[in-house]
Amino acid sequence: MNPAAILLSAFVISFVALVVFIWSQRAGLFDRTSAGAEVIFAPGEIGRIEEPAGTASSQRALQGAVDTAGTGTAAHGDPQEIAERASADASTGPLIFFFYCCAMVWLLVASAAGLTASIKLHDPDWLTSQQWLTFGIIRTLHLNSVAYGWAPMAGLGTVLFVIPRVLKTPLIGMRFAFLGAILWNAGLIAGLGAIAAGFNAGLMWLEMPWQVSILMAVGGALIGMPLVLTLVNRRVEHLYVSVWYMGAALFWFPVLFITAKLPFLYHGVQAATMNWWFGHNVLGLFYTPLALASIYYFLPKIIGRPIRSYNLSLLGFWALAFFYGQVGGHHLIGGPVPEWMITLSIVQSMMMIIPVAAFSVNMYQTLEGHLSTFRYSPTLRFIGVGGLMYAASSLQGSFEALRSVNRITHFTHFTVAHAHLGLYGFVTLVFFGAMYFVMPRITGREWPYPRLISAHFWLVSGGFALYFISLTIGGWLQGEAMLDATRPFMDSVALTIPYLKARSWGGAIMGIGHLIFAAHFIAMVLNYGPNRNQPALFPGVLGKKAAS
Amino acid sequence: MKSETKLLGGAMVMLALSVSALVVLPYLELHDVTPTPGLKPYTSAELRGRQVYISNGCVYCHTQQPRSKGFAPADFARGWGRATVAGDYAYDTPPLLGDMRTGPDLMNVGVRQPSEQWNLGHLYEPRAYVPGSIMPAFPFLFEAKAKAETDDVVVTLPPGYAPAGKVVVARPEAVDLVKYLLSLNRSFPAIDPATTSTEPIAPAPAKP
Repeated sequence: MNPAAILLSAFVISFVALVVFIWSQRAGLFDRTSAGAEVIFAPGEIGRIEEPAGTASSQRALQGAVDTAGTGTAAHGDPQEIAERASADASTGPLIFFFYCCAMVWLLVASAAGLTASIKLHDPDWLTSQQWLTFGIIRTLHLNSVAYGWAPMAGLGTVLFVIPRVLKTPLIGMRFAFLGAILWNAGLIAGLGAIAAGFNAGLMWLEMPWQVSILMAVGGALIGMPLVLTLVNRRVEHLYVSVWYMGAALFWFPVLFITAKLPFLYHGVQAATMNWWFGHNVLGLFYTPLALASIYYFLPKIIGRPIRSYNLSLLGFWALAFFYGQVGGHHLIGGPVPEWMITLSIVQSMMMIIPVAAFSVNMYQTLEGHLSTFRYSPTLRFIGVGGLMYAASSLQGSFEALRSVNRITHFTHFTVAHAHLGLYGFVTLVFFGAMYFVMPRITGREWPYPRLISAHFWLVSGGFALYFISLTIGGWLQGEAMLDATRPFMDSVALTIPYLKARSWGGAIMGIGHLIFAAHFIAMVLNYGPNRNQPALFPGVLGKKAAS
Repeated sequence: MKSETKLLGGAMVMLALSVSALVVLPYLELHDVTPTPGLKPYTSAELRGRQVYISNGCVYCHTQQPRSKGFAPADFARGWGRATVAGDYAYDTPPLLGDMRTGPDLMNVGVRQPSEQWNLGHLYEPRAYVPGSIMPAFPFLFEAKAKAETDDVVVTLPPGYAPAGKVVVARPEAVDLVKYLLSLNRSFPAIDPATTSTEPIAPAPAKP
């Protein structure tokens, strides 16, 4: 096969496909009112803020900020629809609560494992007597508990909250999701145990033995069931932007995971290309859409203003769906794989600027004139910074894929910093924000200590800034030293030590933030603290837990 | 968008394009690649050692893919060997290309460090051999005994590194792992003319 012909035809086909899709989706959607963007509001509700994580006074201030920005006076939505929404929230409560509890546990496990791995890089004789604590294993436990524990549990929990709201339909088939979550977590525990015991399948992001993955594949499919059932029985005509991302992600992930885990099929270098196809797509076609869907729902909902451009969101979605799927090959630059594949991936990495720009411009226009709302809304602070980090990490990734930059950053800590900018700065911060919004709605309680939300925000942002900046600089210097044949290899190790230490400090500060978050979560669930002024919507479930 | 069929259909078409580009086409191109002449299949001890390499996550710090002189000349200059080609991995399932060089590339470590004793001792305590190394020590692959038995592989460590009054012997995992490391050798020519050069391709062995 002629590589140039493959490249060219892939590009032409895909570009035509993209144009056709955008055209077909846009047909009839040129009207300025963009009814599709308003389905997240009840009739008459636009202009009304919703920020359950705020205190009464910060909610008033938030409403005031929105009112002075001139989107109309404080509106009140159709009371019947709002009551229906409240009962839909309550109906999904126990399920989402279960997802979030799992997420919280995995967050703490992952933080501990990550911090241990980080310290080991500059203190290699620490904790060496146990095999499962060796760097290569504890690092893998960290990655897998983030990738299959924290991120999907927090993300899918949020999906299950948003779906009934945007489809204005109570969640159907909740039992499937419960069973699915149990199987998923059982699979994950078995998988982490297997990795710790040395049963590692040997491909990055896919270390769990394939036998264990069956549990997770079945669990994942069951978690997707309520989405499909609710979608089919929905009461709204328009599918809101968040539904596109969530629906697509829930169908993409099983295909990615099952294709990647097929045993006995991939050998030699070909397994490496498949590996990075999966490794990058699980970020781009699973976590990213889930987090973007959350931003597309919560950001306009909090400030009571529909997203400005429905067409830009269409462009953003389909361009992401097309371009992101093909960027994985840039991880094999300079490696023994077909050159056309690396070139294709670099081109598509650059093309990712299109969806990122579409998203960023859209969000900026939606927030325009409303920036003061960040001061009053804890959810918005997390989600806004997360959205900003999405733009930053994607743009960084596009340029990092270029041969001239990749040559230096490949094989260094720079890439680790970049990966954390995406999965932590963007995805994790957005999920934090979503959890702050959702928890009060499903428990019917306020967050008891608003100051802890601030502490959480500043600790994780500050810690992460230290983490990212130090590792980025250290990684770049490491790459330059490695490419310079006149310097011994050990130079590239020695010069990273101060940066690795700074990264450990950053990671520790982030870990403290997570502990505070977890403590606050527990305090809320057990009904500690001063604010108990709202009725619990499912006291039966939580009341028992509180009593025990 | 109003139709879930269009949405999910479109999404799956996009994913199908991605699978074709990055999984199916490379599969068609690479699945029947022939081993580079000179490449030997692993022995069963080496395969066991390879699994020890995987289990302990060596791949997260060590690559097995020297880059070409045109792209990153330092790789060759450091004695890591010629750029590899697909045929060099014909017996590698899963491949251990790696994506991180906290430590050096290991594709030719069997040529560079051919001493079994050096490798065993270095696994027991890397800093006894390479000052400033941040590689973890792997004491759990070894056993400290008062007296070695007849078929034990005794590790000769630099003075001061063995526990007082004891000898360090390698467990079978360590012996297998070192056999695997010593088997890592791509110093024969790659057949692909693009990567073959007129200069010598064998990296010079380092002093143990």
